Amino acid sequence: MAEVLVLAELNPAGGGVRKTTLEALTAARALGEPSAVVIAAPGTAVGVKDALAEYGAATVYVAEAPEVDEFLVAPKAEVLAQLVGEKSPAAVVIPSSPEGKEVAARLAIKIGSGFLTDVTEITADGTATQVAFAGQVIVHSKVTAGMPIYTLRGNSVTPEPAPAAGAEQAVSVSVSDAAKGAKVTDRVVEQKSSRPELTEASIVVSGGRGVASADNFSIIEALADSLGAAVGASRAAVDSGFYPHSFQVGQTGKTVSPNLYVAVGISGAIQHRAGMQTSKTIVAINKDPEAPIFELADFGVIGDLNTVVPQATEQINARK
Amino acid sequence: MNIVVLVKQVPDSGSERKMDPADNTVARAAADNVVNEIDEYAIEEALVVKEAQGGEVTVLTVGPDSATDAIRKALSMGADKAVHVSDEAIKGSDAVQISAVLAAALGQLEFDLVICGAEATDSQMSVMPALLAERLGLPQLSGARKLTVDGGVAKIERQTDGGYWAVEAPLPAIVSTWDTINEPRYPSFKGIMAAKKKPVETKTLADLGVDASAVGLANATTQVVDFAGRPPKGEGVKVTDEGDGAQKFVDFLAGQKIV
Ligand SMILES: Cc1cc2nc3c(=O)[nH]c(=O)nc-3n(C[C@H](O)[C@H](O)[C@H](O)COP(=O)(O)OP(=O)(O)OC[C@H]3O[C@@H](n4cnc5c(N)ncnc54)[C@H](O)[C@@H]3O)c2cc1C
Ligand SMILES: Nc1ncnc2c1ncn2[C@@H]1O[C@H](COP(=O)(O)O)[C@@H](O)[C@H]1O
Repeated sequence: MAEVLVLAELNPAGGGVRKTTLEALTAARALGEPSAVVIAAPGTAVGVKDALAEYGAATVYVAEAPEVDEFLVAPKAEVLAQLVGEKSPAAVVIPSSPEGKEVAARLAIKIGSGFLTDVTEITADGTATQVAFAGQVIVHSKVTAGMPIYTLRGNSVTPEPAPAAGAEQAVSVSVSDAAKGAKVTDRVVEQKSSRPELTEASIVVSGGRGVASADNFSIIEALADSLGAAVGASRAAVDSGFYPHSFQVGQTGKTVSPNLYVAVGISGAIQHRAGMQTSKTIVAINKDPEAPIFELADFGVIGDLNTVVPQATEQINARK
Repeated sequence: MNIVVLVKQVPDSGSERKMDPADNTVARAAADNVVNEIDEYAIEEALVVKEAQGGEVTVLTVGPDSATDAIRKALSMGADKAVHVSDEAIKGSDAVQISAVLAAALGQLEFDLVICGAEATDSQMSVMPALLAERLGLPQLSGARKLTVDGGVAKIERQTDGGYWAVEAPLPAIVSTWDTINEPRYPSFKGIMAAKKKPVETKTLADLGVDASAVGLANATTQVVDFAGRPPKGEGVKVTDEGDGAQKFVDFLAGQKIV
């Protein structure tokens, strides 16, 4: 069977593989036999090999070198291009993070291929599905030049185990000077959270301007915690200083596609919809019965979030 | 400090956007076209750097004739001059091909810094800085929420989930900006009047030495096979809270086996 390379995306420092990697391994099986590629600092692969094998990696290519972490994006694309040259895979699948998309872009130039970003599905003939214009249009696309490269949007595919050998194969890494242009001098975490990461979470609870203050976002957080959810925010809530920008959902923020999206005090402007419209189930809580968010909602409560949300949180906690 | 700022004209994300069934491309001619929103932040950042360090800001755009509106907007904000690459053969080009045209145009300009937006609202790809960095062999400083330029070195804070990465590179380099980086100015009346007299150079593929076979729908590296409107959602359930709204919400979640 044809080999398909899947670039593994890892959590920082010993945090294991990200769910998006397991999704990519699952999606890649439509095209052939997946092999995982770990391009990371030395000592990283041992902690993630088993998970990669469990989700279908016949081979785990291990390219470990300090430079791939010390410089932005370019070294990873270089190593991946080298591996593509050696293995001639049928395709490359990469999780659709900002870095993943940039690796895909640079790889495409290096090997003379086309690439498709944020695909939600890949079929056996290589056709991919993409969602355009704030979720209003579904597009089917193909790569027509070179070996196809796809980046897979998080939460579009359910990861399914398919145990495989996961045979480790070391890849020798030599990073060119040209790839050492942009040096990463520090990685700063400003908000540490025990909640799931926004783009990976299977439930997201978001607050908008209707939440009315930063303090009052605690009721959004409490509902999120009762559901094991991530917290999101509309741009209006972020601009008003209620919640940090890295939690913004929408066109200029994160695109999320969880099983359940709960929009609280959010009107449902098109730019907000752009980031959440493909969520499987949508619930809206809003005091304005005319709020456009209700057009999207599978379930809507017309009411004051200050009463409805705490009551719901209490009831969900009581069920545990 | 000479800066080239990349500006794209896109269909307004706030109005209905369509695909053209004739060739499966974005319907741009009939659209309500505007400057890609995040590019205004790139323009502002270029102006801020120029105001501190001197030099010139050149706007570069690849797009149809209507893209002159986007150029005028950038010039009225304070950019000095513009290069507009316009050629019928470019229609339908994908990101890889546009990057070849932009790279060729950049090759004819002198710059210390290229600044672009982090993402176009039509493609939502966020890949142009990476494509150009790869083609031109320049350092990529993408996804910035902060930029400082000092002593021939550019430093950014690359926005990440819950924080940032500090990244630096020697000039010349390519920077892309998010909307967290600044607050774009509004063009003043004086700026709008002045923009009318600023030079805009129009270039064709021939001027850039790019072969027409490298661009256009027929030679694209990706192809839209078909498209369709997303099937409308079935009518949802809506309840008015009369003391039991929370209960009904939780019952709904239970029915979905979520709680
Ligand atoms: C280029 C561009 C990009 C953008 N990108 C994004 C983006 O990435 N993400 C994003 O979210 N937005 C984005 N926006 C902004 C977007 O257009 C809207 O301004 C924003 O989504 C509105 O946020 P909101 O719904 O919280 O606020 P509002 O529009 O003010 O709505 C608040 C809602 O809360 C309801 N409400 C108020 N009080 C209560 C209460 N006590 N109980 C119940 N309900 C209440 C109101 O009825 C209203 O429906 C962008 C805009 C532009 C122009
Ligand atoms: N045709 C174009 N002309 C000029 N700049 C562009 C063009 N396409 C993309 N860009 C720039 O690249 C950025 C990222 O675009 P994208 O990678 O398509 O999301 C945009 O914000 C623009 O600054």
